[in-house]
Amino acid sequence: MAKRRSLMAPPPSFLWTRRIVLTLLALFALVPVYVMISSSVKPLQDVTSTFRWIPAPITFAPYHDIWYTVPLARYFVNSLIVSASASALSVAVAVFAAYAVSRYGFRGKRIFTTAVLSTQMFPGILFALPLFLIFVSIGNATGIPLFGSRGGLIITYLTFSLPFAIWMLTGYFESVPKALDEAALVDGCGPVRALFRVVIPAALPGIVAVLIYAFMTAWGEVLFASVMTNNATRTLAVGLADYSTENNVYWNQIMAASLVVSVPVVAGFLIMQRYLVAGLTSGAVK
Amino acid sequence: MTVSIHQDAPSAGSDAGRGREPTPRDRSARLLQRIRKGGLPYLFLLPALILELLIHFVPMIFGIVISFKQLTLFFIRNWTGAPWAGWQNYHLAIDFHEAIGKALLHSFWVTCAFTVLAVGLSWLFGTVAAILTQDSFRGRAALRTIFLTPFALPVYASVIVWAFMFQYNNGLVNQLLHNTLGITSRPSFWLIGHNSFFALVIISIWRNWPFAFLCVMAGLQGIPHDLYEASAIDGAGVWQQIRRITMPSLRPVNQVLVLVLFLWTFNDFTTPFVLFGSSAPTPADVISIHIYQASFVTWNFGEGSAMSVLMLLFLLVVTAIYLIFTSRRRTSNG
Repeated sequence: MAKRRSLMAPPPSFLWTRRIVLTLLALFALVPVYVMISSSVKPLQDVTSTFRWIPAPITFAPYHDIWYTVPLARYFVNSLIVSASASALSVAVAVFAAYAVSRYGFRGKRIFTTAVLSTQMFPGILFALPLFLIFVSIGNATGIPLFGSRGGLIITYLTFSLPFAIWMLTGYFESVPKALDEAALVDGCGPVRALFRVVIPAALPGIVAVLIYAFMTAWGEVLFASVMTNNATRTLAVGLADYSTENNVYWNQIMAASLVVSVPVVAGFLIMQRYLVAGLTSGAVK
Repeated sequence: MTVSIHQDAPSAGSDAGRGREPTPRDRSARLLQRIRKGGLPYLFLLPALILELLIHFVPMIFGIVISFKQLTLFFIRNWTGAPWAGWQNYHLAIDFHEAIGKALLHSFWVTCAFTVLAVGLSWLFGTVAAILTQDSFRGRAALRTIFLTPFALPVYASVIVWAFMFQYNNGLVNQLLHNTLGITSRPSFWLIGHNSFFALVIISIWRNWPFAFLCVMAGLQGIPHDLYEASAIDGAGVWQQIRRITMPSLRPVNQVLVLVLFLWTFNDFTTPFVLFGSSAPTPADVISIHIYQASFVTWNFGEGSAMSVLMLLFLLVVTAIYLIFTSRRRTSNG
């Protein structure tokens, strides 16, 4: 795709449009990121008075204080456990479903894919309350603590990323030549072995991309985190609000904490973006 | 679409491997295998199916049931015993002369305006950015990374940063518009009053246009080079190529992209919730936060569920019309 229009140099009107538009869009995208970074190294009085672009003096105290103003470490661990488990389980479940969709013809396939994708349409608010009530009832009846526990949140988040995971993984699996796993089947592998030995290794970058996407989904979810957690299981999505007290809003610490919680997912996403594009391409072409 | 040749592969393979007449034992083994294989895809789907049923479909049905109940805080401990309300919750929701219905209708229009603006501009920014970065030039990879960053950030973190930027006294927006550029005669409030609507739209666009960029970028990779080369030989310029080749080729991607953006934006709860808390200012009172308030703040879950059901019905109808309309246009245009 390097030299698509090599036969003719683009006219200056195009080049100038490109420069101006892309610069404006880059500024739009980056200014909030810059504000987050620069404000996180300002003393409190500098973030409560008129905004200044250049932080002076610079202090790294907010990065120390964030861990003590609120129990950020606990929220962090909770988010980590919930997001890691939810994304790992989601991918595990989606791998099998996507394998079935991409490698077998079976009755009800269209219904399945449509139904799974249609869950994207549901307003979260419609099933937040019933799910909350169901979890409480299950807890009362069986003693399994789903409400207020990480387990309940893990199951919930796992289904949030599941539709997209199945869709993307089906795309990746379609791009793995069928001859490869057929060869494995001829060699006497069972379908499950063929999946693990041939299809999964071949689609590994895609699987990692989906894993990161699922992790991001869980890491950033707010509605269910606010309805279904208690003090002990609260995640970052809800916990960050604790920096605003009635007397003081610690904006510098909020910015520092936002940066700290963003780094893991942004890094993961940017590393894997190439594979995400590849997955979307195969999904879109389908 | 994926009728696989490989359904017959194992048995053919094992026969070939043995190279002799199949005995009755082989035959029954093969039958067993066929049953196993027929059931196998369903077995693979089972975990996904159970989870989707448990977390999405069952609660949705409960939600519909609750919408016919008089479920207030008083009954929440024993919610199955709450009295039936018939259509009362729905009557209240769509009685546009009374307070509840009027507020819901207002919230609905706010949401529609918000969705149209946010989706339209997100799509526009994403498409323009993707088309302009289609050819390689110096710094393109860095630009892509910059463009995707807003989408990679956790939503709540970026909304918090925007909330800071929209602060009255110490925010960047007032500093820029009032003190530096002098566009506004005095600093404005962005998180209350009429401006709060635009604050919400801006944040939503900032968050979602990278997704549009990503999808269109993926779509562009599927356009064959020959098309551009052939048209260049015919003397078409860049602008003409964009209009005649790029835009029509993007139609299938756009069909899905606009729908997904529409559903995400219309249902968006996180952005208004992190920005405004559990009750949004009237001009920015979008429907998800309105329903949240009806359910969890005023503790009228029956009413909240009825509103959610109405919202879901609306989304279903719009999606169906959209799909029928766009699919027909797609087939008729080739």
